[in-house]
Amino acid sequence: MQITLKLYAHLGDLLPAGAKHNKAEIEVLESISLNELIDRFQIPRPMAHLVLVNGVFVCDRDRDQAFALKPNDAVAIWPPVAGG
Amino acid sequence: MAWTKKILRVNLTDGVISAEPLNMEWAQQYLGQRGLATRYFVEEVDAQVGALSPDNKFIMATGPLTGTMASTGGRYSCITKSPLTGTIACSNSGGFFGAEMKNAGWDMIILEGKSPTPVYLYVENDQARLIPAEDLWGKSVWATDEEIHKKHQDPQIRIACVGRAAESGNLFAAVVNDLHRAAGRSGVGTVLASKNVKAVALRGTRGVGNIKDMKRFMDATFEHKKVLAANAVTGAGLPTYGTQVLMNVINELGALPTRNMREVRFEGAHSVSGEAMHEPRASDGKKNLTRNGGCFGCTIACGRISSVDRTHFSVKDKPQYWGNSGGLEYEAAWALGPDTGVDDLDALTYVNFLCNEDGIDPISFGATVAAAMELFEDGVITTEQTGGIELKFGSAEALVKIAELTARGEGFGKEIGLGSKRLCEKYGRPELSMTVKGQEFPAYDPRGIQGMGLTYATSNRGACHLRSYTVSSEVLGIPVKTDPLATDGKPELVIAFQDATAAVDSSGLCIFSTFAWSLDNIAPQIDAACEGDWSVEKCAEVGARIWQLERDFNMRAGLTAADDTLPKRLLKDAANVGPAEGKVCDLGAMLPKYYELRGWTTEGQLTPETRQRYGLPS
Ligand code: SF4
Repeated sequence: MQITLKLYAHLGDLLPAGAKHNKAEIEVLESISLNELIDRFQIPRPMAHLVLVNGVFVCDRDRDQAFALKPNDAVAIWPPVAGG
Repeated sequence: MAWTKKILRVNLTDGVISAEPLNMEWAQQYLGQRGLATRYFVEEVDAQVGALSPDNKFIMATGPLTGTMASTGGRYSCITKSPLTGTIACSNSGGFFGAEMKNAGWDMIILEGKSPTPVYLYVENDQARLIPAEDLWGKSVWATDEEIHKKHQDPQIRIACVGRAAESGNLFAAVVNDLHRAAGRSGVGTVLASKNVKAVALRGTRGVGNIKDMKRFMDATFEHKKVLAANAVTGAGLPTYGTQVLMNVINELGALPTRNMREVRFEGAHSVSGEAMHEPRASDGKKNLTRNGGCFGCTIACGRISSVDRTHFSVKDKPQYWGNSGGLEYEAAWALGPDTGVDDLDALTYVNFLCNEDGIDPISFGATVAAAMELFEDGVITTEQTGGIELKFGSAEALVKIAELTARGEGFGKEIGLGSKRLCEKYGRPELSMTVKGQEFPAYDPRGIQGMGLTYATSNRGACHLRSYTVSSEVLGIPVKTDPLATDGKPELVIAFQDATAAVDSSGLCIFSTFAWSLDNIAPQIDAACEGDWSVEKCAEVGARIWQLERDFNMRAGLTAADDTLPKRLLKDAANVGPAEGKVCDLGAMLPKYYELRGWTTEGQLTPETRQRYGLPS
């Protein structure tokens, strides 16, 4: 199925070639875990600090099991960032 | 140096300038800058004073670590009563001005009364004088800065001044120092201009002194700088992307207030984000962001230096704006962008330049334009009021024109200068004003980040993110991640943030250091520099005391518990998309507990026990 992967800040460089505006449509298996997704795009795990699925934060311990992603879900990932 | 133990008092009415010793008993209770200046302010000024009356005072204050080798120790604050909110105003700024004040030998400058004619204050170490400024009145911040440097033939003078917006009575005018650093919020610039003071210009060459234990201080500052450098946020994220990295985060979270807070996601967020500032533009291949920049002594350097595309409609005939200047920070980018529905990065950058050039708070400005856009789209105001401007959401042209008028205090820009509350009241639609206590919201929707609802409602200077940045915890996981949609535990979280922030704001350090530092890192630096015992516990207690003192002032000024609330839109209209879909801000679930934990009555007044516990003045 297809989902949207969004990688921000310097993680943007890890998106597939041709990705624009920090996002790409990608194919994944329904059984994929978030950590498998993180590894597939060679995101160092400590750099996957803020992981949001459709805007909802997923904590570290929930990233290893199959995540029950649905078609067209958006997975957005940031390294440690802050502002204000 | 830690405290210089000296205050410069300037009576503008009769022109008398005097030096006096710092009250060291108060310094032990209130530390410096925000806290200590507020202690002086409440002692000397009747809380009922008219903010623009000569009886209001205006204090510029440094903290004990301002101007030292502690990282981020370049801050100063402007403390006065706000013409926008009627509350205490305390606006903090970086750059180099604060450190220069310390190097000139002063902890604080207190300006009182009103000068009969325009003047600027010039301070060179022990020497201070008022200099006629008729020739500077009517000039922008940037022109004033240039003139004063020329006049004194000294490029090293540091200048804080007001622009044409403040002179025109704009109620959210800023004091801008070092060209593009601002004590931005609550109209502190308006108060300075009301006293006929155009600028304060400083030159200090006295260097560092009064450090309690120099060796320990050097070791402590060195140790904790390493913490900032090793931290992924303060060592890499902030210098590279600045605060603007938040634009996509908050949008994804469904907490990006859009079009006067009617919506919570902005379809154009990416175009005005920190990432977009790094993308080469089509016309000249240059990026919006030229480089980062830092304030005095800062090893984080989150500042943005940017340029506008020369072919962009806003500047194509104005070469004076083709160079590099202070770029977009997140709050400004949000107010000028998503809140007005404008997704044009160059337009936002140009308007941000104008805000610096003429001393306007970009948050209040953008949010007031957003309210005006809603009034326009509802047909409450028309081109008749706006002087022909089609003030529609999403119009970069309208935003640019209104910014030019507001900067100069002309046409409809004068009405924008009233701020959102007064503007919406004037046109009979007060419910469209997205403000608390008359001050416009910053860039986090409290339907999606519940703790920020409590933060806004209880902030002592009206809606503000810098009084308790619970976004750190609720979104970014610093120091620990909490659920942004939950209300449980938020009163405790808000209080912890409010107190720690008040202590940091009183030390002379920058609040952004707290993305890596806690009071465990900060207290040892204060303790090594300052007389007395400055443990973590004492710093937190000082922070709490400052909060109570500010609250007490506001209640004496006539505010009530009814002012601790949010606009109906956020309490009644649910978010339409994202994780907070269907949710409003549940302030009622947090506020009573907050009052109880603060030691206030159900009417929001300090109880006698609370006053006694913190030793507040009667
Ligand atoms: S972190 Fe940013 S705002 Fe704070 S002192 Fe450093 S450069 Fe200035």
